Amino acid sequence: MGQRTNPESTDLYDQSRTQWEKEYDRDRQSGDTLQNRSGIPIQPLYGPTRETAGSYLDTLGFPGQEPYTRGIYPSMHRGKSWSQRQLIGQGTPDEYNERVLKLIDAGTTAISLIPCNSVYRGNDCDDVPQPLLGTCGTVINTAEHMDSALDGVDIGSISTAMNDPSPFTLLSFVLNTADRRGVSWQQISGTSNQSDYLSHYVANHMFFRLSLAGARRILVDHITFCLDQVPHWNPLSVVGQHMQQAGATPAEAMGFTLSSALQYGRDCLNRGMDPDDFLPRFTFFFDISLSLFEEVAKFRAGRRIWARLTQNELGATTSRARRFKFHGQTSGADLTLQQPLNNIARVSTQAIAGILGGLQSLHTDSYDEVINVPNEHPARIAVATQNILREEAGLCDVIDPLGGSWYVEELTDQMETKILDIMDVVENEGGMFRAVESGLVQRMIGESALNWQSRVDSGKQKIVGVNCYRIPKTDGQETMPPTVRPATEKMGAHVEQLRRFKRERNQTEVDHNLTKLRRAANSKDDNVFSRVVEATASGVTHGEVVSCLREELGFGHPLIVE
Amino acid sequence: MNVDNQTPYRILVTKIGLDGHDRGSRIVAAYLRDAGMEVIYTAPWQSLDDVVRLAGDEDVDVIGISSLSTDHLIIPDLMSRLVAAGLLNVRVVVGGIVPNEELSMLLESGVSAILGPGTDRATIVEQVRHYAAAARHDRETEFT
Repeated sequence: MGQRTNPESTDLYDQSRTQWEKEYDRDRQSGDTLQNRSGIPIQPLYGPTRETAGSYLDTLGFPGQEPYTRGIYPSMHRGKSWSQRQLIGQGTPDEYNERVLKLIDAGTTAISLIPCNSVYRGNDCDDVPQPLLGTCGTVINTAEHMDSALDGVDIGSISTAMNDPSPFTLLSFVLNTADRRGVSWQQISGTSNQSDYLSHYVANHMFFRLSLAGARRILVDHITFCLDQVPHWNPLSVVGQHMQQAGATPAEAMGFTLSSALQYGRDCLNRGMDPDDFLPRFTFFFDISLSLFEEVAKFRAGRRIWARLTQNELGATTSRARRFKFHGQTSGADLTLQQPLNNIARVSTQAIAGILGGLQSLHTDSYDEVINVPNEHPARIAVATQNILREEAGLCDVIDPLGGSWYVEELTDQMETKILDIMDVVENEGGMFRAVESGLVQRMIGESALNWQSRVDSGKQKIVGVNCYRIPKTDGQETMPPTVRPATEKMGAHVEQLRRFKRERNQTEVDHNLTKLRRAANSKDDNVFSRVVEATASGVTHGEVVSCLREELGFGHPLIVE
Repeated sequence: MNVDNQTPYRILVTKIGLDGHDRGSRIVAAYLRDAGMEVIYTAPWQSLDDVVRLAGDEDVDVIGISSLSTDHLIIPDLMSRLVAAGLLNVRVVVGGIVPNEELSMLLESGVSAILGPGTDRATIVEQVRHYAAAARHDRETEFT
C-alpha cells in the first residue's frame, strides 16, 4: 500500500471509522464481548491505524463502506451469521411438503425448492419417461401442485428460493397460491434462482427452453413485474456457479458473472428502469472450490469491482444498489466418489473459504452428493458442518479476518486484475450477450476444463483417492448410503392426476389465456410474465406455458463449440 | 489393438434424457478424437429414437452415453430399441455416475462397460477402442 498521510485523508479515516463504529453498534444483535480460549478479547475488526492506513480507504474500506472489499455490511457475520440454505426437492409435491414441514418444525426460516429435471427442460410430467421423474427434484407442473407442496407453509412469512428459470412458472404458481389463500403479494419474499439464462447457455445447459433473445426479453419483463408487484422478491440471481462447475477457473467464473450482471443491468437501463430500484434486487450465486485463498480473494475482488461498476457503468447512487450480495455453494466438482467420507473434509474447507470470503448464505454439499440427491444422514452432517464452523470454530467472531494478510491482499489485487482482463475480453466481443451468442465464453470455459483434466490426468493436480493415496480394490461406494428412487406408484398416480386435471379443467379459459400469452410474446408493450401469472391461475400448466412461448420466441439451441 | 490399417473407429458421444451437464462428455469427446477416432458429438437431451437413428446413419461402432443425473435409468429402453432397429453390433459404453445398485441393471440390458468417476484418460481410450474393435469385428464377420 502506498504511503499517504495528508491531513485530509486522516480526517477521512477518522470519519469513516466513527461511522463504521456507529453502524456496527446499530447492527449487531448481541452486546456480548468475546474472548478466545486463552482469555484474549476478540475485537470485531482488526485493521490499520490512521497513521498506517495508507490507501486503506480506497482499496479496502471499513466493512459496509465502499469499495466493500471487507464486506458489504458493517457487522457482517459477527452481527448476524450467514443463512443456511440447503437445497431440497425430490418426488411428488406431497413428498416435498412432508420434508419441508419437518424443516420448518426444526426452525428453518428460509426454504428452497428444486424442481425435477423435467421441469427444467420445460416438460409436464405426462410427457416424460417415468423413471426420470422426481429423481433430482420435485415434479411441479401446476398451481395446484404448488399449493400441495406448500400446504401448511406460511408463504407470507417464509423466504423461498426456487430454481425457476425463464419463464418463471414456479413463482407464478406461488403467486396463484397466494391469491387462493388471500396472502398479499407484498408479503411474498425469496429469490428466483436460475433466472440468469446466460449462465445456462454457457455452462450447465439445463434450461434451454427458449431462444437467447426470448429469454432476454422475458427476464426484463420478470424484473419489471417483480419490482412493481412483488417488492420483496429478488427476480435475478446472477450465477457463477454453473460456469465454475463446467470448468471455468475461479477468476473466469467471477469475470463472466460480473459481465453478465453488467449485461442485465444495461438491459434494465434500456427498458428505462432506475438502477437504484433494480440493483438492490440483483443477487449473486457462486461456487466455492477447495482453493481456499484463491476463493477468498475472488470474493473480495468481486465486491470491489461490483461497487465500481454499479456506479460508473450503471449509474447507481445508493449503497444498497452497490452491495455485492451472494450465496455460496461448496463445489460438487471437487468431491470424489472414491473414499466418499473424505468429502466431509473437502466441504468444510470450501465452506471456510466462502465464510471468510464474506458470503450471505451458504449451501454445504452432502458427501453423497457425488452420486445421489442427499440422503438424510449425509444432509445432517452437511448442516452440522456449518454449525460447527459457526459455533465452535469462531468463524463469525471477526469481520474479514484475512484482511491485511500480505498474501491475501496481494492475491485479491491480482485476482482483480485477472477478472478485469476477462471482462475486457467480453466487452471487446460486444458484451456478455454477444460473447455467449458467438461461443467465445463457451470456448474459454471448455479450454479451462480440458486444462484442469489434463493436470489431473498427469498427476500435477493431486486429488486424494483419485490419483494419489488410493486404496486398492474398492470402488468407494461401500460407505455410501443406498440410492433411493421415488416410489413408482406415487409418481404414477401423480402423472395420472395431471392427465385428469387437464381433462377436467375449463378448457375455454385455458385456450383464451394461452392466446393472450401468445399475443404478449409478440407485442413489445405487454409484459409476458404477467400473462404467465394469469394463465397459470386458470389451470395452464408449466409445459403448456413453455411450449407456447417456445413457438413464439424460438427454442434455445445449444451451441456446440469444438 | 492395431488400427493403422483400417478406417478410424466411429464413436457417437451423446447424452439422453433430461440432464444438460456436458463437461464430461466434451472432455471424453476430445480424448477420443485426440486418440484418432472419429467422434460424432451431439447436444444433450437426445431422445432415444434420435440416438438409434444417429447410430445407424453415422455407422458408429460405439455409442458413449454420459449420464451425470439419473438418465441412465432409461438406457435399458435404449438397448431394446437398438436391437429392434437391427443395430446388434454397436457397443454401448456408459460414463458418469451410476450407483452400485443400478450397475447390474445396465450390464444385463447389454451395456458393454460403465466407466465411473476417476477413470483415467488411458483407460477410457483403451476401453472404447476395445469395444469399437469388437463391434467392427462382429460386423465384418457378419458380412463374410
